[in-house]
Amino acid sequence: MRNKLLRILLILAILMVVVIIDFPVLKDLKTNIFKRDVSPVLGLDLRGGLQVVLQAPKGYNIDQETLQVAATILENRSNALGVSEVVFQVAGDNYIVGEFPGLENISEVIGVIKQTGMLEFVDVGDALLAPGSKITTDYQVGIKTAPESITPTPAPLNVGQPEVASPETSPVTVFHTVITGADLETVVVTPPKNPGDGYAVAFTLKSDAKGVFGAFTKANIGKMLAIVLDKEIVSTPVIRQAIETGEGAISGQGDNAYTYEEANNLRITLFYGKLPVALEIAESRVVGPTLGQASLQKSLFAAAIGFAIVSLFMLIYYRAPGFVAIISILLFGLITFALYLLIPVTLTLPGIAGFLLSVGSALDANILQFERIKEELRKRRTLFQAVDLGWSRAWPSIRDSNLATIITSSILFWFGSAFGATIVKGFALTLALGVGVSLFTALFVTRTLLNLGVKFFEKLDKKRWFGI
Amino acid sequence: MNILGKRYLFFLFSFLLIIPGLVIIALDGLPLSIDFKSGSLVEIGFTLDKAPQTSDILAIYNQNNVVDAQVQTSVDNQIFLTVIKSSSLTQEQYNSIIGGLKSGYDPNLVERRFDTVGPSISKSVTSRAMMAVGIASIAVIIYITFAFRGIAHAFRYGVCAIIAMMHDILIVISIGAIGSKFFGWQMDSLYLTALLTVIGFSTQDKIVVFDRIRENEPILRKVPFEKLVNHSIIQSLQRSINTQLMTVEFLLLALALFGGDTLREMCVILLIGLLSGTYSSIFIAAPILVVWENKEWKTWFRKAKTVQV
Repeated sequence: MRNKLLRILLILAILMVVVIIDFPVLKDLKTNIFKRDVSPVLGLDLRGGLQVVLQAPKGYNIDQETLQVAATILENRSNALGVSEVVFQVAGDNYIVGEFPGLENISEVIGVIKQTGMLEFVDVGDALLAPGSKITTDYQVGIKTAPESITPTPAPLNVGQPEVASPETSPVTVFHTVITGADLETVVVTPPKNPGDGYAVAFTLKSDAKGVFGAFTKANIGKMLAIVLDKEIVSTPVIRQAIETGEGAISGQGDNAYTYEEANNLRITLFYGKLPVALEIAESRVVGPTLGQASLQKSLFAAAIGFAIVSLFMLIYYRAPGFVAIISILLFGLITFALYLLIPVTLTLPGIAGFLLSVGSALDANILQFERIKEELRKRRTLFQAVDLGWSRAWPSIRDSNLATIITSSILFWFGSAFGATIVKGFALTLALGVGVSLFTALFVTRTLLNLGVKFFEKLDKKRWFGI
Repeated sequence: MNILGKRYLFFLFSFLLIIPGLVIIALDGLPLSIDFKSGSLVEIGFTLDKAPQTSDILAIYNQNNVVDAQVQTSVDNQIFLTVIKSSSLTQEQYNSIIGGLKSGYDPNLVERRFDTVGPSISKSVTSRAMMAVGIASIAVIIYITFAFRGIAHAFRYGVCAIIAMMHDILIVISIGAIGSKFFGWQMDSLYLTALLTVIGFSTQDKIVVFDRIRENEPILRKVPFEKLVNHSIIQSLQRSINTQLMTVEFLLLALALFGGDTLREMCVILLIGLLSGTYSSIFIAAPILVVWENKEWKTWFRKAKTVQV
């Protein structure tokens, strides 16, 4: 009894949470919790977005194959889960067209592109590390080091050997990350100040990183600061002076002086993350939808008609349990949509069709149960027994059939991520979500509501209310 | 109702559906859209008040026998920019399109780009997706063998489910090819999604039917296997009809009829593909189980001999 009450309370709690997420209410609260605007992201077909042209700087030669590799890397970075519908296409001889649904700001695009090209400024003390060697830092993706751990004289847990370290030596040395690429505001190449000097890469920091970087550089003049991308050393400039204004420059000296090309490569790496070719945004523009709102309304209208017909069928054919199924399916829809908003899944027209289809297949778990209940009722069991037996008979088939689909979608997702097939990855994620949520609603909502209804239904005419 | 008695008729029926599509593909190749192969990218700047509507641009493309153009528009510094992606244009087609736009709308339009554009889904994706489906199939066979370990020959159930899934894939490919021949359909990203959907839900249906066999086998131990399977199919028939025809197909039908042109092709392919999924669990997967149990292939050639004699 207590158990039953608990289940109902849990269902109500979930209902409340997903309704708040799904509908445009309490916007400020949601923005606070999720750190962004929780509203549907519509795809390029329905709402449009930002189109950018990524081009190699003048004088760079690139071939089509490398460009294709770069496009794939970019697509993976900006579409980690495969559901943001970002598209990169190689075009012409030397550029890539990228399209970002729902974005309007070029800075957002840059943020997205370099997202997983993890750039760090790392305190390596006196260790001389060759470019290309791998190191370990105390910065984990997604977890920023706590500010209090950054002291003016940060001592690495274990200072590396003073000779050039090859990738396999001292794998346990953990270096301290001072700031990350997220802290950079601007990066430009500056010409040599004196003839004989090389080019330099000047950068400015965002205001909240200024203090940390200032204190660190002040305490470590003469030491090295490694620029590390995806845990691999890009270069190790020497700190010449304290950088307290948040403006600094990276330059080589003597033999290591940067040519313009080297400096420019470094600038692009700092700003866009590492790619097999140097690419930067040459043009950008906000583009309108290819299909537009009219087709969105059309398909939503079609979805409503489809759902109405299916609900009617469930009511006529299964009567009272059919009503339970409709409630269960509505909750399925609300939960799935809430997950779409939270991930967030970019909604395109075919995506909406897929969502509707998952509603249909979520009904399967209900239908399997109801058919078994009917069977048991025909054997003249009491309603209580029939509901109980119906569930236990239907469960193995619900479990095995859905698990098989989840296995298929996990493998598709894993393959999609391993080989950069974002369309496969996105499909697999939404399929698994649909199946997972439908398992939950069938197991939890339909069953609980049916059990709850047994007492009430028992007095009713079984012929009329169960459609036997 | 004796479904299994006519099993070779059902096999024949499926072959008749699959073969024409494969023949079309063998002759014409896969009807790939610009999602999978290179196309043309045209960028034109119009004066703001002389810019054509998206539908006008599509009409001009259509006049030049290009039916798959996608138009994106943008307003920037008093210039109305349009970016049009389509299948590859010849120089003549391009000139004719520009000519049409100049004479019909803006004589001073600026031709900003006319380039090739690579596929949005790179070539390797399709082959990798196929590889992923292959590995997923093996995993499903292993899972079904495990889930059915309580009854004899559990391994067969997994293999039969996957054979039936291959059947569904072939049906969808065949329908796509037939559609391309007669209605000008193209295999685009929506088609790939529809195909993956059919694959994802295919084994679900098979397992529901097999589950009945798993449940009945210990109870009806003395009944011949063929009868047992037939009985199990009939028991799960109501569910198959209700889930498939009444819910999924109704939803898709509503989308195909009222959801606009963009989705129609995808919905038709899904409709047929998912129907095939249900059909094959009853008329392909379960009958193959029986064929396997009876080792009927031993008599296939003997029959052929008697016919010859």
